[in-house]
Amino acid sequence: MTYILVLEQILNGLQLGVMLFLMAAGLTLVFGVMGLINLAHGSLYMVGAFAAAAVAGWTGSFLLALIASLAAAAAAGALMELVVIRRLYRRDHLDQVLATFALILIFSEGTRWLFGSFPLFLDVPSYLSGPVSLPGGIEYPLYRLTIILIGLGIAAGLFLLIARTRIGIQIRAGEADREMIAALGVDISKLYTLVFALGAALAGLAGALVGAIQSVQVGMGEPVLILAFVVIVIGGIGSIKGALAGALLVGMTDTLGGVFLPQLFALFLDPASAASAGASLASMLIYILMAAILLVRPSGLYGGSA
Amino acid sequence: MKTIRMLAMAAAVPALAAAAQADTKIGMITTLSGGGAGLGVDVRDGFMLAIEQDGREGVEVVIEDDQRKPEAAVQIADRMIQSEKGDIMTGIIWSNLAMAVVPAATAQGVFYLSPNAGPSALAGKRCHQNYFNVAWQNDNLHEAAGAYANEAGLKNSFILAPNYPAGQDALTGYKRMYEGELAGEIYTKLGQTDYAAEIAQIRASGADSVYFFLPGGMGISFLKQYAGSGVDLPVVGPAFSFDQGILQAVGDAALGVKNTSQWNKDIDNEANAEFVASFQEKYGRLPSLYASQGFDTANLILSALDKAEPADQDAFRAALKAADFASVRGSFKFGDNHHPIQDIYVREVIKEGDVFTNKIIATGLKDHADAYGGECKM
Repeated sequence: MTYILVLEQILNGLQLGVMLFLMAAGLTLVFGVMGLINLAHGSLYMVGAFAAAAVAGWTGSFLLALIASLAAAAAAGALMELVVIRRLYRRDHLDQVLATFALILIFSEGTRWLFGSFPLFLDVPSYLSGPVSLPGGIEYPLYRLTIILIGLGIAAGLFLLIARTRIGIQIRAGEADREMIAALGVDISKLYTLVFALGAALAGLAGALVGAIQSVQVGMGEPVLILAFVVIVIGGIGSIKGALAGALLVGMTDTLGGVFLPQLFALFLDPASAASAGASLASMLIYILMAAILLVRPSGLYGGSA
Repeated sequence: MKTIRMLAMAAAVPALAAAAQADTKIGMITTLSGGGAGLGVDVRDGFMLAIEQDGREGVEVVIEDDQRKPEAAVQIADRMIQSEKGDIMTGIIWSNLAMAVVPAATAQGVFYLSPNAGPSALAGKRCHQNYFNVAWQNDNLHEAAGAYANEAGLKNSFILAPNYPAGQDALTGYKRMYEGELAGEIYTKLGQTDYAAEIAQIRASGADSVYFFLPGGMGISFLKQYAGSGVDLPVVGPAFSFDQGILQAVGDAALGVKNTSQWNKDIDNEANAEFVASFQEKYGRLPSLYASQGFDTANLILSALDKAEPADQDAFRAALKAADFASVRGSFKFGDNHHPIQDIYVREVIKEGDVFTNKIIATGLKDHADAYGGECKM
């Protein structure tokens, strides 16, 4: 075990973490501000990836593809809010889960209808491909490094938005007391659409960024959605700070656990069963982490007492 | 849920045998939605192509989508067997779904012909007289890859596969034939899409080659990330990560990779040439190995129906076992545990014009049977 491998895995964990943050930020905002559980958030991630793959296919430009993913996911999100989600705010969570689950099926089959059942091609642009040498002799893919930087940049931007701008004040006020800010003259339905579209755009961007190094296919959003829910539960529902902390914690735990647990097991088991047992335990690790955190802090790391 | 009913209505009716013939009901449970849909779609399209080309009356195919979920597959299977009285079942892609459905189905007297999944348990201790595998036992393609690694002089492989029955069969199969050292052995999560951690381990391991079994989208993700990581060890894999459906999504990253398969579009026989041409004409794309397996499965069923009715179980079973049909693989026969004995080839990924595809460069294993036949007491 070299320290280079450990450092590289920490970078990998960081990269997974910031990707999860992009997903979780929208999810936690929507839940915090509107009290809505949106299972279809993963579909917006998929919409972003497909839009990016389509635009990259037509134009060959990765930058345009990223812009398309933001625009397409934000548009899909706004449309979803206006047509369906709007009717759900006053209903209980079970109705919301049911309706947004239906949206998953509609988005998945709709995407299959438009693009077919086979995965699409979306590649890293040549100016971002290949490894770079970092100080300390680490060879790390440039694209993943870019993802980390973009993710951290967006996290910083979101903090500024929430803490320093008028919209941010309205969002925070909406979390605290919905009726009151409506009474104060804020157009609450416009605010809801805006928050929803913002969350959708971040999910779409995550889908496009990740789609370039993974496969762009129908159903790609759901595994990420599950992780994103774990993230917001750990971080405390409604808290952006919590989403960042939770995302980094889950990213690190998942990556480092997957690498080092099998090696730990190899100390006292034969290699084949160590690999298999270690892998099984590693995939449970984030849920164990979630249970442990909820045991100590039932409303998550940064969750309010509500 | 999608139900497609296809009644093969042939033209003129030669009155004698056909009038007395009861309808044969074939239930196909396969993955038509979600991430693994490309595989199921190919099996279905290959299967239906053969049924249509045959065009006979009295064969009804009921197709249902399992969404790659074992519980959904079990439910559909129960309905097909108990209320719809299917005679023959087929279609399942994934080994974990096959393990959930096949033993119960065959125990109720249904014939099950697997067009893809071949878990080791069903070839060995839990084999059944009504279960036939028309594709391969899971280990087979990996065994051929192990044999190829020896021939290519690879001495220190790093191997990885997802943690589910077919993944374990894969690494077991590779290790059965491979004679060199192992630089590392990893089980990844099923459906995992990020392989940064595994690639870092490969880089640190000092391996001279990588062997991986990651079917469908998992393989696309791995290859793209591997290409971007700057690790340039030779990669070997089974055909599942290099099939026609996903090569276009992988792109240049797959070019030149050696992979093992029981089928390729350039196997030189009449049935295959006709299959490739007619598939391309009907569906507008090149067939994958999954499509070839679906096509063979349908033709095997039709060849057995020529000789016997499924109701006459012993006669129908003997007719299936005889495998008296023109396989697109050329030579094809069943071993005593009803799994194929066949050649497995080594292919290389090439680019034909704009299309990425495979070409056969060698025969990896000749007349290869699986390793579990001895454990099967039928």
